[in-house]
Amino acid sequence: MEDLIRIEGVSKSYGAHRVHGNLTLSIPKGECFTLLGPSGCGKTVLLRLIAGFEAPDAGKISIDGVVVSDPAAGVNISPDGRNLGMVFQDYAVWPHMTVFDNVAYPLKLAKKDRKEVSERVMETIAMVGMSGLEKRLPSELSGGQQQRVALARALVAKPSLLLLDEPLTNLDANLREEMRFEIKELQRKLDATVLYVTHDQEVALALSDRLAIMDESGRIRQTGSPWEIFERPVDPFVFNFMGIANFLSVRREGEEYFVGNGTQPMPWEKPTGDCKEWVAAFRPSDARIAHDGAGLRGVVRRASFLGAMMDYLVDVDGAALRTSVETHEAIANGLMFNDGENCVVDFHNLHWFEAESLREVMGTSVREGKS
Amino acid sequence: MNTVVQKSRFGVAQIILFLSISILVVVVAVPVLLILFNAFWVNGKFNLNDVIRIISEPDTWQALMNSLIIAAGTTVGSTIVGTFFAWLVTRTDLPYKGFMKGMFLVPFMLPSFIGAMAWKMLLSPRAGFINKFFMTYFGLSGPVFNIYSYAGIILVEIMYLFPFVFIQVCGALERMDPTLEESARISGAGLFTITRKITIPLVLPSILSGALLIMLYSMAHFGTVAVLGIENGIFNIPTLIYQRIHQSAGSFSSIRTGTVLATILVLTAAFILWLQGKILSRGHYQIIAGKSFRPMELKLRTLRMPLFIFCIAYIGFTIVLPTVVIFLVGGLKTYGLPFTWENLSLENYKFILFKYKVTRDAIWNSVTLGLSAAVITMFAGVMISYVIVKMKVRGKGILEFLGMLPFSVPGSVIALGVILAWSGKYGVNLYNTVWIILVAYIARYMAFSLRANSAALEQVHDSLMEAARVCGASMWQTLKDIVLPLVRPGMLASFFLIFLPSLRELTVSIMLYAPTTRTIGVAIYTLNEDGETVVSAALAGIALIIIVTGQLLVERFLGKKAHR
Repeated sequence: MEDLIRIEGVSKSYGAHRVHGNLTLSIPKGECFTLLGPSGCGKTVLLRLIAGFEAPDAGKISIDGVVVSDPAAGVNISPDGRNLGMVFQDYAVWPHMTVFDNVAYPLKLAKKDRKEVSERVMETIAMVGMSGLEKRLPSELSGGQQQRVALARALVAKPSLLLLDEPLTNLDANLREEMRFEIKELQRKLDATVLYVTHDQEVALALSDRLAIMDESGRIRQTGSPWEIFERPVDPFVFNFMGIANFLSVRREGEEYFVGNGTQPMPWEKPTGDCKEWVAAFRPSDARIAHDGAGLRGVVRRASFLGAMMDYLVDVDGAALRTSVETHEAIANGLMFNDGENCVVDFHNLHWFEAESLREVMGTSVREGKS
Repeated sequence: MNTVVQKSRFGVAQIILFLSISILVVVVAVPVLLILFNAFWVNGKFNLNDVIRIISEPDTWQALMNSLIIAAGTTVGSTIVGTFFAWLVTRTDLPYKGFMKGMFLVPFMLPSFIGAMAWKMLLSPRAGFINKFFMTYFGLSGPVFNIYSYAGIILVEIMYLFPFVFIQVCGALERMDPTLEESARISGAGLFTITRKITIPLVLPSILSGALLIMLYSMAHFGTVAVLGIENGIFNIPTLIYQRIHQSAGSFSSIRTGTVLATILVLTAAFILWLQGKILSRGHYQIIAGKSFRPMELKLRTLRMPLFIFCIAYIGFTIVLPTVVIFLVGGLKTYGLPFTWENLSLENYKFILFKYKVTRDAIWNSVTLGLSAAVITMFAGVMISYVIVKMKVRGKGILEFLGMLPFSVPGSVIALGVILAWSGKYGVNLYNTVWIILVAYIARYMAFSLRANSAALEQVHDSLMEAARVCGASMWQTLKDIVLPLVRPGMLASFFLIFLPSLRELTVSIMLYAPTTRTIGVAIYTLNEDGETVVSAALAGIALIIIVTGQLLVERFLGKKAHR
């Protein structure tokens, strides 16, 4: 499919602080693409570069086949010339205009005739579920309603590209969940290309056709479908960023792999490579605790009742890991453990990384197995 | 390919920046630079000796000293009066505190030179009503008090300037967290100790900052000294500049003396503002919270009624009495007649409003000048503030520096600078026209406009403007559709902050007026000097009515908006 956005070798610095260096990324037409990364990773800067609020120091950005930024050629089209829609984190609904006037503004600028403006505006307002509130001022709306107005305003002119800068962050949890499905629905209906920026992996997974994970230094670690990112993380950073992560340090001796300082051989699928030190990463839900059977033997250090879940901290040969079992299942299968009890842990889905690559992540930020 | 190559050198941003810098350069920087240039350059050479010679001339030296003496006396007096009343209305159980607070702010509205005229009528050594009363009925051989003296000038200035300290200290005392005092009380400190060790140190920055404002104002103050000092030959810097320029009709040596004095004023003002900034930035500990607390109230007990009567007497004596005198004298057939019903009429008021060309012209001039200056300065101010607050362009630093200038240039300096710049020496001659007054008003009131508009612009979040740009609005459309409607309240405020004071302006207009371009202030002052006391008083009365009504209307109108 044809690319709608193409970013080639873009660099951007503020003084001595380099936000992006030689970044390359492209997004096909009609895709809902998410830039996911921790706060301060420069994802908003990238969005602002695409919108034209900032100019890159080097590189090239094109939207829909038109080069919009290319410092080498002296090209930098201002935001109003890029045919975009954008929704801001703080809504940015103009407080002196009614809902109708806010949504109508892009069409008025495009000099559409009155009848068309009014039809399109009412249609778009209906689409975001705000019918009947056209005459309200933003001060008379709730946060969620203001966000809908901002969304309608961004969609009304049918832009080639819709940019969303953490638009759900300031909403409460229920509304956030509801809105993210609505945005996805609207995107499908309008067949719009969406670039969504967030630090919330749940929103990113629910919304995106594809997503890119960006680290603190502004580097893109992995690009792929939500399933690929979640199931096939390329490195511990991505794995760690996508959910609660456990990392077991594993050593290789000959053809055998051992956890921590123990002597239990690991029976599961093994990595390839001649590295000596490895980490085996997994989610708490991918580890199954039992009284006996296949798996690694360990000791329950701490059993915590969390209502729907039982959470266990287990020690296997000096390595700590966390696993959880649904409480009713634990009761049904006799999997209620007490502190100090012996147990066996079996794994579904291990991700193998070289130990060196984990150290790099630990240096930045990681939530480790022990809590 | 349909790419657009940006004209990166000269975009809209550069045009706005250029315009903003030009306005400040032409209106403020050039006049100030010309003053410095004329003060230090003689015959094309830098000459410091000549500057020292001018300063050591007896007249100039005396004026300098007088400015210092009057400013020092006024500052100390106003600080004591202002702090005392502020404490009374915020921290004690004085009756009718709200009303009192309002009354203590009234002198802000009243032009001090009109007040000085009233006090001249009351306390001039021979003809003053109070002095005459005592000499006639108590057989005193001399006056009770001679207003034509340092003490007289200082007392009158205190009456009109103490609100600067009063309002600052009231604010600080009202915002101060009462738990700070309560915890001292729990620790066993008595009320006197608390006041000395806790309260005063905490509000000291506000007191000092108000005091410095008064000092700045008094050093450069023209009206009171002009009305009360000239009789006994007491000149301060602004009145000496005026006298020299006025008498010598612009001779070179008088201009030189003027520029040297003006330079001293500018430097003093800059120093005072710097000092104030330092005190405020160091003194604003976190203790003064933004919230409104209910402060601890001191029970005045037996002192309650005496202090209440004292406040009423103070208000009556310093605000009501002079105002009444102005209106009564304005109604007299001839100055010197006793106030009896036969001698009082509205004839003078009708005369100045409907018949007398001088006063009718003056009212017309002041209103048109005020309106034009307010409109121009409002728009210029919003543009310049926009660049300073919102825009990211290279060269903004210059503008930020230029934007500070209007705050530190006193009125008489602006007037002198404007004479130097616009008297034909550099191609444009506006001297003796209203235009020169307009230019000077714009320079004088630019600071007000910058302050009000910057505050308003800071409330407009960047994303509101960015949202418009993404919707397809150009920079101009964004300004027109988004920014201007949102800063309208700030613009309106700056309009009235300029229009109302300009109606009573004296310092600048007195240096620049021609026979047909008198303003209200100039007309009142010159009529009074020419012995037309009753007409002058009547015009002063009319001016007071216009100013006070205007102020009340604005407060009602804008005050409501602010509360919404």
